[in-house]
Amino acid sequence: MSVNPDPRANRRVALISSGVALGMLGLAFASVPLYRIFCQVTGFGGTTQRAETAPAQVTDKIIKVRFDANVSSEMGWVFRPAVTSMEVKLGEISMAHYVAQNMTQQEVTGSAVFNVTPTEAGIYFNKIACFCFTQQTLKPGERVEMPVQFFVDPALLDDADTKHISEITLSYSFYPVKSKAAGEQAAVQTN
Amino acid sequence: MATAHAAHDDHHHGEPTGWRRYVYSTNHKDIGTMYLWFSIMAGVIGGFLSVMMRMELQEPGIQIFHGLAQMVYGVSPENAVDNGKHMFNAFVSAHGLIMVFFMIMPAVIGGFGNWFVPLMIGAPDMAFPRMNNISFWLLIPAFGLLLISMFVGGPAGMHGAGTGWTVYAPLSTTGHPGPAVDFAILSLHIAGASSILGAINFITTIFNMRAPGMTLHKMPLFVWSVLVTVFLLLLSLPVLAGAITMLLTDRNFGTSFFEASQGGDPILFQHLFWFFGHPEVYILVLPGFGIISHIVSTFSKKPVFGYLGMAYAMVAIGVVGFIVWAHHMYTVGMDADTQAYFVAATMIIAVPTGVKIFSWIATMWGGSIEFRAPMVWAIGFIFLFTVGGVTGVVLANAGIDRSLHDTYYVVAHFHYTMSLGATFAIFAGWYYWFPKIFGYMYSETIAKLHFWVTFIGVNLVFFPQHFLGLAGMPRRYIDYPEVYAQWNYVSSIGSYISAFGVLIFLFGVISAFSKKVKAADNPWGEGATTLEWTLSSPPPFHQFSTLPVIK
Repeated sequence: MSVNPDPRANRRVALISSGVALGMLGLAFASVPLYRIFCQVTGFGGTTQRAETAPAQVTDKIIKVRFDANVSSEMGWVFRPAVTSMEVKLGEISMAHYVAQNMTQQEVTGSAVFNVTPTEAGIYFNKIACFCFTQQTLKPGERVEMPVQFFVDPALLDDADTKHISEITLSYSFYPVKSKAAGEQAAVQTN
Repeated sequence: MATAHAAHDDHHHGEPTGWRRYVYSTNHKDIGTMYLWFSIMAGVIGGFLSVMMRMELQEPGIQIFHGLAQMVYGVSPENAVDNGKHMFNAFVSAHGLIMVFFMIMPAVIGGFGNWFVPLMIGAPDMAFPRMNNISFWLLIPAFGLLLISMFVGGPAGMHGAGTGWTVYAPLSTTGHPGPAVDFAILSLHIAGASSILGAINFITTIFNMRAPGMTLHKMPLFVWSVLVTVFLLLLSLPVLAGAITMLLTDRNFGTSFFEASQGGDPILFQHLFWFFGHPEVYILVLPGFGIISHIVSTFSKKPVFGYLGMAYAMVAIGVVGFIVWAHHMYTVGMDADTQAYFVAATMIIAVPTGVKIFSWIATMWGGSIEFRAPMVWAIGFIFLFTVGGVTGVVLANAGIDRSLHDTYYVVAHFHYTMSLGATFAIFAGWYYWFPKIFGYMYSETIAKLHFWVTFIGVNLVFFPQHFLGLAGMPRRYIDYPEVYAQWNYVSSIGSYISAFGVLIFLFGVISAFSKKVKAADNPWGEGATTLEWTLSSPPPFHQFSTLPVIK
């Protein structure tokens, strides 16, 4: 409570304050992976889930799943769902197909980012296999069918935020992978 | 005088003179004065930008910016309209950044903070006088970079950063390939470094250099307000620094923090920005709270009502200010529970703020009120800030915000709290401390004229913007449909009146300096009880060589 004649006291407060500032700077960068984990764990922003196994039970409740496709204009691909919607039972594993064709004269590699709307349904939308898990490379003019194997978790019905949902839209957007290194990073991130 | 304790014996030395006194200054009062002049200069530039915007918006259609773009950037007439539109956005962005980082912050923290925190706690100077010098001089290149950013390439074929002060990705990354946004980002980096250094300096000064007997609970409220403010700075600015560093690497070094095509998420930038941005708006206004407390108490000739409540209300505002950031982004798609939380947390801020408003009123209650210029400005602040606070409670509701998001209602709200609230507090402080800082009395008549012209002007500017916003007029556009013409016209007239108010202010300053009416050590009488009034006006170059003892 008095003017401190000891410069070490000043230095200590300054060092602690600097440490706090550096810590906050570190937290800002740490927020990038933390935010990604948060989205994956909570399905925030319509982040879909990845499942290894089928759900325990299948119910009779039907839900409509719509398929949406977008492609970056830089890619020169045509990309669309084989069917625009299907009706699935909650808990039932279903398979849907997207069709992609490379309209350019070069080999093009792309990776797809995705989410579902309503965003609250993300936590209950599980993919077992998906073309979006890896990068896709198409030769000039090549046309492929891209499968996605998914199910909607019946737990959707137990959640006050989601039990009213009768329709879920699964959306993909394909972007070109610019370089090899950047592409690998992108594949890691989209998973 | 590298450290404060050395300053005790410093009065033996001659005072530095000429340019060395300021450029090499380690004196908190000289640095504070430089901050104040810098803030006035930046405020005039930022105010000029806003008057140009109001001139443009006076009538529907594009009036002046296509001509300005041809004049300033030399673009061809066929590109003039598009360039003019972008130039308007660049003006909006620069106006916001200048007013936040180069007008209000330097005035309240750098200016009044530097001047009066050491005086009020009975300290001879700041804890780190040389760091104080660096803090100030970093601001000059920061401001220069921001001004340069207005004249270099932004989007293809256009000039300046038209991103708003929020610099959201992807507009600020893929939307602005030119170097303008890089200049703005580096400007923020430097201004941020300046503020963080200043914050560390204030924290050390307030914790370690109080006079004997000056416990935390006896500290004047302005010192409390600066203490809370610098903690907010210390915790929030590094987050902005991190976010804009990520922007910079996204723009220039191929990272993809906010690049959706590479798996990044632009929403993350909004979270990071507002985690800084919301505390930032309290940083702007909290020191004003402190100033107002002193003025209301001085001119009511009563101690401030509920001192501890006032101090801890500011602490509460600071703490809660960190957990409400997403109310700036209700429209990004949060689930109902998340929105409910942010609505509730935001509205809770109205409680400590209400404590402060009512305590100011209670301070005046039964007091012997003297309506001198600082008091008039302070009462103006209380009124205008309350109006801004009320619209803030309206906007806190996620449902209402759906329709008001990014409309002029929001513009009106934050200008009532910042442009009218914080700025009125600055002018109140200016007229309160001008005699102490410069040793001259100003003309009471000019100060009151300045108040009334400004009060009428700013209310004419911003009150109609509530109506425009409720009617759905979006912000950040150069043009609007004719239905909005009338209130826009009123708003523009108000802007010219306010600009005239600034001229009255400058005239008042010049007249005070030319008349040189000597101010008394304590011109405000018995109500002014803090330590700065025990010193001469202006205070000696080094004060408190023998420390005051607080009972």
